Amino acid sequence: MSPTEKEAPALYAAREPIFPRRVSGFYRNLKWGIMAVTLGIYYLLPWIRWERSPSLPDQAVLVDLAHRRFFFFWIEIWPQQFYLVAGLLVMAGLGLFLFTSALGRVWCGYACPQTVWTDLFITVERWIEGDRNARIRLQRARWDLRKTRLRLTKWTIWLLIAVATGGAWVFYFADAPTLLKELVTGQAPMVAYGFIGGLTFTTFLFGGFMREQVCMYMCPWPRIQAAMMDEDTLTVAYRSWRGEPRGKHRKSADADKLGDCIDCMACVNVCPMGIDIRDGQQMECITCALCIDACDAMMAKIGKPRGLIDYMALTDEEHEKKGEPPIPIWKHIFRVRTIVYTVLWAGIGAALIAALFLRSDIDIDVSPLRNPLYVTLSDGSIRNTYKVRIRNMNPEAHQFRISVIPKDVFRLAVQGSKTTTITVAADATGTHKLFVIAPPDSAPANAELTEIHIWVKDLATGKQAHAETVFTGKKRGN
Amino acid sequence: MSKKDTSNTDPNTTGHVWDGIEEFDNPLPRWWLWTFYATIAFAIVWTILYPAWPISTKGATPGLLGYSSRASVAADIERYKQANAAINKKLTTVPLDQIEKDPDLVSYALNGGASVFRTFCAQCHGSGANGNKGFPSLIDDDWLWGGTIDDIYTTISHGIRYASDEDTRDSEMPAWADQLTEQEIADVVQYVRKISGQKADAAMAKAGATVFGDNCAACHGDDGKGNRDVGAPNLTDRIWLYGGDVETLTQTVTHGRKGVMPAWAGRLSEAQIREVAVWVHQQGGGE
Repeated sequence: MSPTEKEAPALYAAREPIFPRRVSGFYRNLKWGIMAVTLGIYYLLPWIRWERSPSLPDQAVLVDLAHRRFFFFWIEIWPQQFYLVAGLLVMAGLGLFLFTSALGRVWCGYACPQTVWTDLFITVERWIEGDRNARIRLQRARWDLRKTRLRLTKWTIWLLIAVATGGAWVFYFADAPTLLKELVTGQAPMVAYGFIGGLTFTTFLFGGFMREQVCMYMCPWPRIQAAMMDEDTLTVAYRSWRGEPRGKHRKSADADKLGDCIDCMACVNVCPMGIDIRDGQQMECITCALCIDACDAMMAKIGKPRGLIDYMALTDEEHEKKGEPPIPIWKHIFRVRTIVYTVLWAGIGAALIAALFLRSDIDIDVSPLRNPLYVTLSDGSIRNTYKVRIRNMNPEAHQFRISVIPKDVFRLAVQGSKTTTITVAADATGTHKLFVIAPPDSAPANAELTEIHIWVKDLATGKQAHAETVFTGKKRGN
Repeated sequence: MSKKDTSNTDPNTTGHVWDGIEEFDNPLPRWWLWTFYATIAFAIVWTILYPAWPISTKGATPGLLGYSSRASVAADIERYKQANAAINKKLTTVPLDQIEKDPDLVSYALNGGASVFRTFCAQCHGSGANGNKGFPSLIDDDWLWGGTIDDIYTTISHGIRYASDEDTRDSEMPAWADQLTEQEIADVVQYVRKISGQKADAAMAKAGATVFGDNCAACHGDDGKGNRDVGAPNLTDRIWLYGGDVETLTQTVTHGRKGVMPAWAGRLSEAQIREVAVWVHQQGGGE
């Protein structure tokens, strides 16, 4: 093949603008509903108040990085309990596997922030500039006063949404009413303005201009999902055996030979990804199902049954092509694979709930201070020093008594205290230096290492916690 | 209405085929190219604004903003100094024995003291303050000159046998080689081993008791328990500054000991001395 035979492909391609047409129908309404719920949660959640003890914030959902606490309504998570968050992430992952194997890219189509905000931005665009045809005309029009006015209006509203989006984010990390006051009066920390600025920029850019480019070029999910989908996964598909050959019924001479597809392009015109679903499954398709709505409306108008474009599994296509009835939808959803995912998901969920309710409100950490390993006292006793951290997760200060197992061998002393009973403030970690002293020539004093347990008893509730550590004796050498 | 451009559905390929898998040769999105150019532009602007290009072994182009990480650290240090000015003043003005009753002062002093200790004291006393041969452990319950916060403060300020400080703590463990015979020294060593609970020759120890009473008791006390006024160590406990074995004890008695600790007043600020005094006081041996 000579080089002249084929024109060299362009190295860089400009984005083809997409002007999705307004559509109404079941899936569009479902998407409106999900958009309202997800955006509502995102914008309003930080403003919900929740009564807690006076030492704690009264914001229902708060990631308190400065004090290393996470608050979620009645749940308070300390950094040591981060396994709960890790478990939630595992559940989110498994949930994504479950939904993808059963319903394909349902996350992409309905719940992904990129989809939701793009949808919102397109809606604003439609309000300002009109529907598809008006927008195409405006795009092609010269930059006159009207176009400038419409574009500036649109961009301003986009920018306001973007600022609100970036703004809502920071409220999850600080007391929302206080931070809002600080933001308005210019007293908020730089990092808050930085995050708002960054997220405003990305929201504006991704929702207004990048849109489907984010899904196609930036997001790894479209590439990963193929591994989780199979022939039973429900995706949006075109019943080509029913629709083809396509053609305009009235104009065509042999209309009776044509399929149900009248080639009205309604499915293409509503697509936010700018693809033609009739070309089959494509990487770009986020299964938002708007083409189903568009086609159903058109089929109703021409008096044909709905579902020329529909949620379908690959196996259904095979069956239907042969004229067999399709497998019922519930059989696509309830199968070994999805049941295994559900069981795993629910199992981790149950374990997390159990862990949440079984976790103690006191906790102890003990670390030996190893420089030096031990100290010889004047009477020949051997002393080890430990850093003891007692976490009091109760809303009031509690007294704790420290003891050591084995009993009757060691003497205990707490630096700066005459007794081994110490007070830890409400919702705080008390750090103390603990001295464990073995009498001269006792077994632990002469041994190399002795396993010991430091116990702490909450004198208010009687609850106990302990930590295992070692006592270093003389045999070890310093 | 225009037909959809379907050229993308039959993409160009590079001609590379592996096991029937062809490599696409799709064009890059143009915005991607712009992003690439933007990063180059960013880098150029950065090198103009900030120190960037090495111009000699001494340094690099300074940049228009005049930024330097050294100046930034200096500014940070100045900022911390100012932020700490109030508590630093409080630390230097309250009576010594009141410092440890104020949790804020303790926390401040412990942090500062740990840093002072690591910088100026750890060379001799060890990073864990457990001492070395000839350099006492500061974390046990045995003190030569006293373990109250006042004693520790005085020792740090004026040092021990530090000639250039008038108020230094001074005393002497003389060399007894000229005053005592070898036998007498051997006897007194056995006596010291006996009173410190170690294995000792009973007969020699008995003779040594007399030698001790005549020569050593003046400083170390009749019972050998030492005297903090002159920094004479307690010889009856299990802690030895130089060693409690016969050889080391003989050496100590024969040649004497003259451990020196420098005076830190003037070298460390009043606040630093107080910080490190509190730190030492809280390591487990404080009285």
